[in-house]
Amino acid sequence: MINKVVSGAEEAIRDIPDGATLMLGGFGLCGIPENCINALVDKQIKDLTCISNNAGVDDFGIGLMLKQRQVKKMISSYVGENAEFERQLLSGELEVDLIPQGTLATRCLAAGYGMPAIFTPAGVGTEVAEGKEIRNFDGKDYLMEYAFDADFALVKAWKGDTAGNLIFRSTSRNFNPVMAMAGKITIAEVEELVEAGELDPDYIHTPGIYVHRIFQGKDYEKRIEQRTVRKVH
Amino acid sequence: MSFSKEEIAQRIAKEIKDGYYVNLGIGIPTLVANYIPKDINIVLQSENGLLGMGPFPFEGEEDADLINAGKQTITTLPGSSIFDSAMSFGMIRAQKVDLTILGAMEVSENGDIANWKIPGKMVKGMGGAMDLVASAKNIIVAMQHVNKAGESKLLPKCTLPLTGVKCIKKIVTELAVMDVLPEGGFKLLERAPGVSVDFIKQSTLGRLLIEGDIPEMKLN
Repeated sequence: MINKVVSGAEEAIRDIPDGATLMLGGFGLCGIPENCINALVDKQIKDLTCISNNAGVDDFGIGLMLKQRQVKKMISSYVGENAEFERQLLSGELEVDLIPQGTLATRCLAAGYGMPAIFTPAGVGTEVAEGKEIRNFDGKDYLMEYAFDADFALVKAWKGDTAGNLIFRSTSRNFNPVMAMAGKITIAEVEELVEAGELDPDYIHTPGIYVHRIFQGKDYEKRIEQRTVRKVH
Repeated sequence: MSFSKEEIAQRIAKEIKDGYYVNLGIGIPTLVANYIPKDINIVLQSENGLLGMGPFPFEGEEDADLINAGKQTITTLPGSSIFDSAMSFGMIRAQKVDLTILGAMEVSENGDIANWKIPGKMVKGMGGAMDLVASAKNIIVAMQHVNKAGESKLLPKCTLPLTGVKCIKKIVTELAVMDVLPEGGFKLLERAPGVSVDFIKQSTLGRLLIEGDIPEMKLN
């Protein structure tokens, strides 16, 4: 078997060129590939198109790449939490394509399932539909949306094995499995990397066939965006 | 007396039936969870990939890997399940979710909704709102009847960019409960205690249909 294990984020992202299209897993700051993002920031790779549900916050996640002006275009569903993002958007430095969250997820899914396009009702009758093909099935209109075409997918899992199999934890799963399936080259960083055979095949979320490089991540901050607690009565 | 946000949430909670799978939007809809009758069991869906959303954690028990779609720390419950974003919107699109409750900036008399974009202001994005309104079989809007400038949010036609078309079935505001009729128009069903039908009429720019006596909203 080809060795998928790399030493760390630096080696994993070694051949990501300027101008690449990347998928980055996570929802808000939950389940984002922290190590890979930091490595992209260190290496200052530029003109990136980033497909990610959100764009991080000013000093964490994709926000770190925005701060260094490494991102040319964001394809996201919600981008509210980032002042630098807003500045670049309003000044025209950053291109932004806002798309419905389910459409985003399903365009990833289509890529991973080998389907060129999907039909979804999301956005029918709105500006999202402009210029898109509409098909009517059983009296209801649907937009045709294309599968994503991403050079690299960067995902974060809880556990992984040397065969590339992945298990996610709790709601940090979010976009990670569908993006893992969608990348031409998928890089997985995991909190715990084990030998093939140590994970129960029945509990694998992402089969290793979709994962090209895997490494044991380090120093996870796992920042909480909205820490909310209830009072003890 | 017009209703508070909490009272709007309390009134909407009466629409929820035992066994419902429910998706709650941000704002007033989130408050609905506080008023679910004790004798029914419902399952809250959070579109980032969770069925069976529990209450906020106690201090010290927050888990960075466990959040809701508003990015708040939450908990799971017995019977909860976790899935990816594609499956989450798959179950929404396939109408497995019984009821969606969300806020709005404007609703038109034919059931169009605008709640994601104000031209000229920073656009944050639609998140999952367009997917939800395009697919949900039952959508209740929780909102204020008029905006901060005192202008009606119930209109003949939305002026803001749309989130979805002909999808809203029911609206609960601080003044009234209304159905949006399939043929168009807001049918007044209930009014907040002490609020006159005339006042609701003045606050509604879209076509308001009034038949017979309109009872006051009851919360219990």
